[in-house]
Amino acid sequence: MVGLTTKNEANSPAMAGDIKNDVLTIKNLHVSVDGKPILKGVNLTVRRGETHALMGPNGSGKSTLGYAIAGHPGYEVTDGSAELIVDGTTYNLLDLEADERARRGIFLAFQRPMSIPGVKLADFLRHATTNVRRPERKEGEELIPMREFRKELKSKMEQLRMDTEFARRYVNEGFSGGEMKRAEILQMAMLRPKFAILDETDSGLDVDAVRLASQSIAEIGGADMGIIIITHHDKLLEHNVPDFTHVMLGGRIVETGGRELAEELHGAGYDRIRAAYPDAAAEEKAMTEKKQAAAAV
Amino acid sequence: MSAVAVSPGFTAESFDAFIAARNEPVWLKAMRRAAWNQFREMQLPSRREEEWMRTDIRMFKLEKFAPPSEAAAVAPNLVPSPLLSAGVDLGGAMSVVNGRFQEGRLAEDLARQGVLFGSLDTLVTQHGDKLEPYFEQKLVNSSADKFAALHAALWTGGTLLYVPRGVEIAQPLHNIAALVGANATGVAPVDLSKIMVILEDGASATLLSETAGDNAAALHCGSIELFVGSGARLRYVNLQHWGSGTWHFAHQKAALGRDASLQWTIGALGSRLAKVNQHVALRGEYANAQVNGVMFTEGRQHLSYHTLQHHEQPHGTSDLLYKGALQDDSRLVWRGMIRVDKDAQKTNGYQRDDNLMLSDGARADSIPGLEIEADDVRCTHGATAGRVDEEQIFYARSRGLTRKEAIRMIVAGFFQQVFDRIELESVREALGLAIGRRIREYS
Ligand SMILES: Nc1ncnc2c1ncn2[C@@H]1O[C@H](COP(=O)(O)OP(=O)(O)OP(=O)(O)O)[C@@H](O)[C@H]1O
Ligand SMILES: [Mg+2]
Repeated sequence: MVGLTTKNEANSPAMAGDIKNDVLTIKNLHVSVDGKPILKGVNLTVRRGETHALMGPNGSGKSTLGYAIAGHPGYEVTDGSAELIVDGTTYNLLDLEADERARRGIFLAFQRPMSIPGVKLADFLRHATTNVRRPERKEGEELIPMREFRKELKSKMEQLRMDTEFARRYVNEGFSGGEMKRAEILQMAMLRPKFAILDETDSGLDVDAVRLASQSIAEIGGADMGIIIITHHDKLLEHNVPDFTHVMLGGRIVETGGRELAEELHGAGYDRIRAAYPDAAAEEKAMTEKKQAAAAV
Repeated sequence: MSAVAVSPGFTAESFDAFIAARNEPVWLKAMRRAAWNQFREMQLPSRREEEWMRTDIRMFKLEKFAPPSEAAAVAPNLVPSPLLSAGVDLGGAMSVVNGRFQEGRLAEDLARQGVLFGSLDTLVTQHGDKLEPYFEQKLVNSSADKFAALHAALWTGGTLLYVPRGVEIAQPLHNIAALVGANATGVAPVDLSKIMVILEDGASATLLSETAGDNAAALHCGSIELFVGSGARLRYVNLQHWGSGTWHFAHQKAALGRDASLQWTIGALGSRLAKVNQHVALRGEYANAQVNGVMFTEGRQHLSYHTLQHHEQPHGTSDLLYKGALQDDSRLVWRGMIRVDKDAQKTNGYQRDDNLMLSDGARADSIPGLEIEADDVRCTHGATAGRVDEEQIFYARSRGLTRKEAIRMIVAGFFQQVFDRIELESVREALGLAIGRRIREYS
């Protein structure tokens, strides 16, 4: 069972090699929303076990990339490819619906999670967990036994220092900003994806909560998850030291470096990047101007 | 038992034969005859009338139906098993099939305390003096429309729950009315049943009512009368689950005494066309009425609900929450009114109707209304209609739920707000299951 694989097992030499063969490859990805081009040729390769920081100014296209990978139907891929290799099988992500991608091991922690009034987080998650762990499950087939699920959920919640009562609340309904982000991490912990995109999972969290989140993500993901962390801050990276840092500008990844790049940007901002990539900077300017013009109409 | 010969249709001959065959108190026969005369004088409602503007009954042919005959019995295996009472320890149960009493039982200890529960047709012959004052109140007015008159003239298969002063019943009671068997017999079954609940002062009880049927043409023309005495507490659940061929016309009304409380939950799933008036009259001070509605329509169903929360005395509270989901080309109409009389100061009235549209062809009309003559009241109303949010669907799908599973969950969640108000688990489950079965593809 995928979900019960422990970090140690995953780290064992026999499997470590296997995991490294699991890879998410994005090539020349172009994405439009409402016919408007947002991503203009993104290239990105993430292997399981790697941590990638994705940075870039507001509106540069980071969330758009997350949605496109997760399979949001409103984000139309006009060019390029997205391929997933897990356990020796190759999937063309673009052929898969969002739920099929989730069942193959993709997870997106939303920048702004949606609330689903009237649906208890525990019920939602039991259904989700069953589907992700049994990718071939058909609608209507049995769910993970309640007791087994509750036990696991309880231990994960304790790990995240969440009150177990929380699981009885309706999905994201009336959650504080921080609670929503914690609930996203909880879901990731239960679903144990192979590749996770964490879109500003630190925003809305207080200082202690960010530290806990950073630690938890490292524990959950550890060596067996490929993680893309989208963030404007450095706290989340404390326990998730990026192997790679990517900078997005004007809908493209313009520069890739190691952890030192993230550190530089946290300190100095994006001036050097804008100066070094004037074409992308011009795209960025055009995108924001267009938006202002549209707003003015 | 030999069948009473009736010519098809609701003719004078069939009415006379019906009356002659019944062993009822004189006052009841007089009431029936007066209603029959009203029935004969009235026309079927037309769309020119405000209440019927949105409800087209031109396809309804009264002459295709006849008073329920004694011979309308059907094989017991045709009667669907009840939904609301599954797993419930009942204090009593009874059933009506094709407008005729089938069977009933009441727990010994309740009977000993003076509780009456069973066939109203029989009980009114035995306890006429006790029941006459309630009949005389005419809670449901036989002159409301032609259907009300027809029902008052010819009702059969009635259910009575009578709880004497101060008697509190913990176990729920259950009754079911079914319209079945037409596919085998070729005769369109008719149910003119009446439900009468009388809680004397300080009494309390829970009654679960439901209907069932198959897809053949059938007619229900009924009434529900709930008398909730001073300080009495009634929980009443009423699941309308007729088959898809049934015409459903009903007047339903509750009267609450001082400090009385009523929780009235309706589930509306069945019938081809339904036109229902649901009234709650708060006739004593500090009366409290909660009305819950769960509707789910499909196909070409048309359900029309007209609610009235009538505050006649001060310090009353009424709270109505209707939630409907619509798929295919179905239609829901809700027209709600809170009326506050001049004397009914310190009234607290609330009404809300939310609809979830699951297809482009469905249509919901919500028409809230307030008529307030008192000056120191708090009354609010609201209505919403919307589609399932695609962003919610995507969120659920990104966690591995299929589109259909996501929608199922979102729809269930939509109704949860009403379910949260219903303490009876069997009722929540029955409604939840019935709704779950209904949800199909959604595009
Ligand atoms: N659904 C949408 N409808 C309209 N415009 C959109 C939509 N999604 C993204 N955009 C536009 O695409 C651009 C990139 O947005 P995106 O959310 O990907 O940026 P981001 O890098 O995540 O920014 P931030 O750091 O502020 O979260 C912006 O101009 C945004 O307004
Ligand atoms: Mg973003």
